[in-house]
Amino acid sequence: MRLTDQEQHWLSGASGKAHKLAMEMLVAAAEIAGAKEFVAVDFAHINSCHYSGQMSLDFAEFLLAEGATLAVPTHTNASLIDCSRPHLRPASTTPVEVAGAERLMQIYEALGCTTMWSCAPYQHADARPGLGQQIIGSESNAVSFFNSVLGARTNKYGDMLDVCGAITGRVPFAGLHTDEGRLASHVVRVDALDDDTLAGPTFHHLLGVIVGRQSGSRVPAISGLETATEDQLKAIAAAAATAGSVDMFHVVGITPEAPTLDDALGGRTAVKETAVTAELLDETNQALSTRPSGKLNAVCIGTPHFSVGEFAELVNYLDGRTCNPDLVVLATTSREVAAEIQLRGWTTTLEASGVQVVLDTCTYYAPRATGVEGLVMTNSAKWAYYAPGILGVDVVFGSLADCVESAIAGEVVR
Amino acid sequence: MIIDGQTLVAGNETVQGNLCKLDAPLSFWGGFDPHTGRIIDQSHPKAGALLAGRVVAMPGSRGSSGTPGVLGESLRRGTGPIGLLLTKADINLAAGVIAAAALYEITCPLILIDEATFAALVDGMTVTLPCC
Repeated sequence: MRLTDQEQHWLSGASGKAHKLAMEMLVAAAEIAGAKEFVAVDFAHINSCHYSGQMSLDFAEFLLAEGATLAVPTHTNASLIDCSRPHLRPASTTPVEVAGAERLMQIYEALGCTTMWSCAPYQHADARPGLGQQIIGSESNAVSFFNSVLGARTNKYGDMLDVCGAITGRVPFAGLHTDEGRLASHVVRVDALDDDTLAGPTFHHLLGVIVGRQSGSRVPAISGLETATEDQLKAIAAAAATAGSVDMFHVVGITPEAPTLDDALGGRTAVKETAVTAELLDETNQALSTRPSGKLNAVCIGTPHFSVGEFAELVNYLDGRTCNPDLVVLATTSREVAAEIQLRGWTTTLEASGVQVVLDTCTYYAPRATGVEGLVMTNSAKWAYYAPGILGVDVVFGSLADCVESAIAGEVVR
Repeated sequence: MIIDGQTLVAGNETVQGNLCKLDAPLSFWGGFDPHTGRIIDQSHPKAGALLAGRVVAMPGSRGSSGTPGVLGESLRRGTGPIGLLLTKADINLAAGVIAAAALYEITCPLILIDEATFAALVDGMTVTLPCC
């Protein structure tokens, strides 16, 4: 491992304990990843600001006490709490977590982060790194989207390691930072599917789950899709990163590094091919629901954070109707998207329909948000995957349109 | 069984313990509860298994950016594994272990093993992880 004079200086402790620990963690990561040197980055989106226990706080307090500063513009992932809706996770029932999350948000703001509190930074004009840009990503759907859809370059840097990179402005030069690491080795073919299936409202979520299961940590290339919107690519990214460990995928003819399948593969032969069938989609769909029918307690949408376009669909499906008052309907998003939908007058429309627009956080995080219990419907494969284990709820997966009809009926409707 | 592998993160003493062999990779964030020390990923083949105080062997690695925080938090609480054996190196498991050592002086060796060694492991057996 080659270290520059500056890197050696930091590692020696001469610039303080925060830089020393950051370099120790980065050097260990570099050795594990097989990197011979570091690469400079100029953007970060970090997950360390998400409270997951006392250790999150202890690490952040250490950085603050040591006077750590950030070397690159650093954006914050979603928090545990919604600052505008304290009743969502009341301090009266979970005081340790709420106080911890509040303090953690204060610390990362004090360290100089741009506080967006969103898992979908790429929906914001100032947090969309470009093609070839070397960056730090952390939250799994964001990492997958940055790499795949925008062509920016990052590995998945988890809690603490992400901040170490942001403090030093560098990460190990390995994996998805390199040309070689970004080439596909697994082809997922969807050409055998008919047009109705490809146009299905849950298709991209289910495809993402299949890609995740089949690819593991390989880079897959999806072949046979003619078009895909950014929201559809977001669905693939989130599901593939959840069900497997897919930090990057190509969609031939659509994503920037895959004009052709040969480009995605770098001229090599794929080590694995998977043909997606209607049966496989159906099995995948069924496996995402722990209880496929019945009376609902809640509907949770917006994982990852809803875009303006997804809110437009939601408003359209609702068409002025009101959700059943016995259930809780939560749509999560960022402050910036919320400001945009407010300008369009949709916040008032949604609230009148019984939809609560939740900011800064997500509804599958523990402790449970108020009303998220029993049977919960979602249009997100990621939410469906995590919630039964994290929250101990039953989940039913369906399209956004089905979520809306079910929210109005108070029970699962398809 | 004495484990022969490449030490990715060293502990500060020899570790001996009961092995929990996972047949699928686990995401610690969302898949493991640091309060109880058990696997909560309902789709994992070993859902419900106790990892606290055991050496955990895993094929590959997967999952979330929250992994270092949850793994580190479990080490702080004493509900985490006492050693990790992986067939694929993982920077985020390493980050959790290194940060826990720095903040709390609690170590959990992280060792890379080959497929043959992994295949020879049996759930519930006693394994020894030589120090350093």
